[in-house]
Amino acid sequence: MTRTATRYETVIGVEVHAQLLTRSKMFCSCSQPTPESPPNTHVDPTCLGMPGAMPVINRLAVELTILSGLALNCEIAAEAKFDRKNYHYPDLMKGYQISEYDMPICTNGWLDIEVDGQTKRIGITRVHLEEDTARLQHAKDPSTGEQYSLVDVNRSGVPLMEVVSEPDIRSAEEARAYLQALRRILRYIGASQANMDEGNMRCEPNVSIREPGAEFGQKVELKNINSFKHAFDAIKFEEKRQAEVLDSGGTVAQETRGWREDIGEAVPQRTKEFAEDYRYFPEPDLPPLLISREWVEEMRARLPELPDAKRARFQEQYGLTAYDARVLAESTARADFFEAATAGGSAERAKTVSNWITGDFARLLNAENAEIQNARVTPESLAALIDLQEAGTISGKTAKAVFEEMFALGKAPGEIVKEKGLEQITSSDEVVTSVEKVIADNAKAVEDYRGGKEEAIKFLVGQVMRETRGRASPDVITELLKEKLAEKP
Amino acid sequence: MSLTPDEVRHIALLARLGVSDEDVERFSGQLSSILDYFEELKQVDTDGVPPTAYALDLHNVLRADETAPCTSHADILANAPAQENGYFRVRAVLEE
Repeated sequence: MTRTATRYETVIGVEVHAQLLTRSKMFCSCSQPTPESPPNTHVDPTCLGMPGAMPVINRLAVELTILSGLALNCEIAAEAKFDRKNYHYPDLMKGYQISEYDMPICTNGWLDIEVDGQTKRIGITRVHLEEDTARLQHAKDPSTGEQYSLVDVNRSGVPLMEVVSEPDIRSAEEARAYLQALRRILRYIGASQANMDEGNMRCEPNVSIREPGAEFGQKVELKNINSFKHAFDAIKFEEKRQAEVLDSGGTVAQETRGWREDIGEAVPQRTKEFAEDYRYFPEPDLPPLLISREWVEEMRARLPELPDAKRARFQEQYGLTAYDARVLAESTARADFFEAATAGGSAERAKTVSNWITGDFARLLNAENAEIQNARVTPESLAALIDLQEAGTISGKTAKAVFEEMFALGKAPGEIVKEKGLEQITSSDEVVTSVEKVIADNAKAVEDYRGGKEEAIKFLVGQVMRETRGRASPDVITELLKEKLAEKP
Repeated sequence: MSLTPDEVRHIALLARLGVSDEDVERFSGQLSSILDYFEELKQVDTDGVPPTAYALDLHNVLRADETAPCTSHADILANAPAQENGYFRVRAVLEE
């Protein structure tokens, strides 16, 4: 930390665009494209901006926006309307984007975030609906050197929900926590997949710095951010850069900067040649929305238990630690898996299930970059595995091996144990035989142990484990070994 | 109320219209008379009348989230002056 870095206070507001999980587009019946869709295959006259084509509002997009507003503690407007935002760019087919200007669906909400164990409330200014634009690619003719652009209209008209925060965020850490909390909520309520790397959640932080207590400084809008890490790094870069500008007696220019991951800098983006003049006016093709209180209550009834409430309940109901509760409540799929596998069991059982989900299960899922809801392991089979271990039928070590098998093949644990003969050896005769064999075969280690090198027993235990293919409990083996080794050779 | 030549040029730029000096002079007169007419309309007493942008008493015209076949790729590109590999080809858009 430099001296200057602590002299200023960073002020951040974030605009997030989330692609809504509808089947059809915002204003026409075209299906939403996937990243693999060939160019210009999800297009009709409306999203192509053909003269005379009429937009019609997608009811589900409105409902998902109301739902999001409720989850973000917003007021839901009794009347909302769409407006035209006019500008010319080849990615905008009609010459205007349909958005909501002065009468958005949701206003005045908040979202709690947690940084270093401290809870902080971030204001939500508004949540509104708009449509996405087409995509441009830039190309150069190899023979003539002529530069040109290619337009794919597939994404034109895809429903986007914009969530605008108040400038309540004070650090890159808080900004990251805000984005993560927002993503969690949007996924919980099924409004958006909210994957930043796939572009269905995008964020634009506005960053300024000021002497504590002073007026807001000039803000810089950061673009081209495709991950939480980009957001974090870009904000860190920008607060340092602005401090250096002010310290050297300069003034921060209000501008847009694009994050360049390759060089780790936010560089100024070309600004339009004249000030933005969007000439918003009400969209004459879309009659206004009247949102009855009955409709709002209907939406409220559809709200699932939200992440913070679920976390609190997990701690309360299952006696989980704050950390475990947070990890399990990260997604509804993970939380549901946990609850189904625990099935009303004891706190001890809940802790065991939690350890599996956050331990071996998470490791295997990460290795395959998979999500729990797509795993072959079911909550019932995990519960059955834990039952086998608790009944002493299999050892802890065997349980881990069986779990890997369950994860790979989706078989029931009982079946795997039976097929492979993995039942824990309960008759001590079999263990005794193995112990004797290991003692006979490992004279050196036996001598070391008898000579006072107690560590040597670990090696012998390992050998017996191998001999019994992990089916005997290490405690039983250790006991037996000590007994046998104490006897005179 | 009269528009300055610079204002007329700005409006033309926003609409992506090329205008000559002669056009600017002619349009500033015509646009000003339109504004004058609205000045006249503003004299109507609208106290107690809620503002609206809509002439029809319609609201909540919504459609269910259902898909219908999109227009064929060939038809979508049919009017394009230039195309390449299924894309519309346009003049370079200057970027960073």
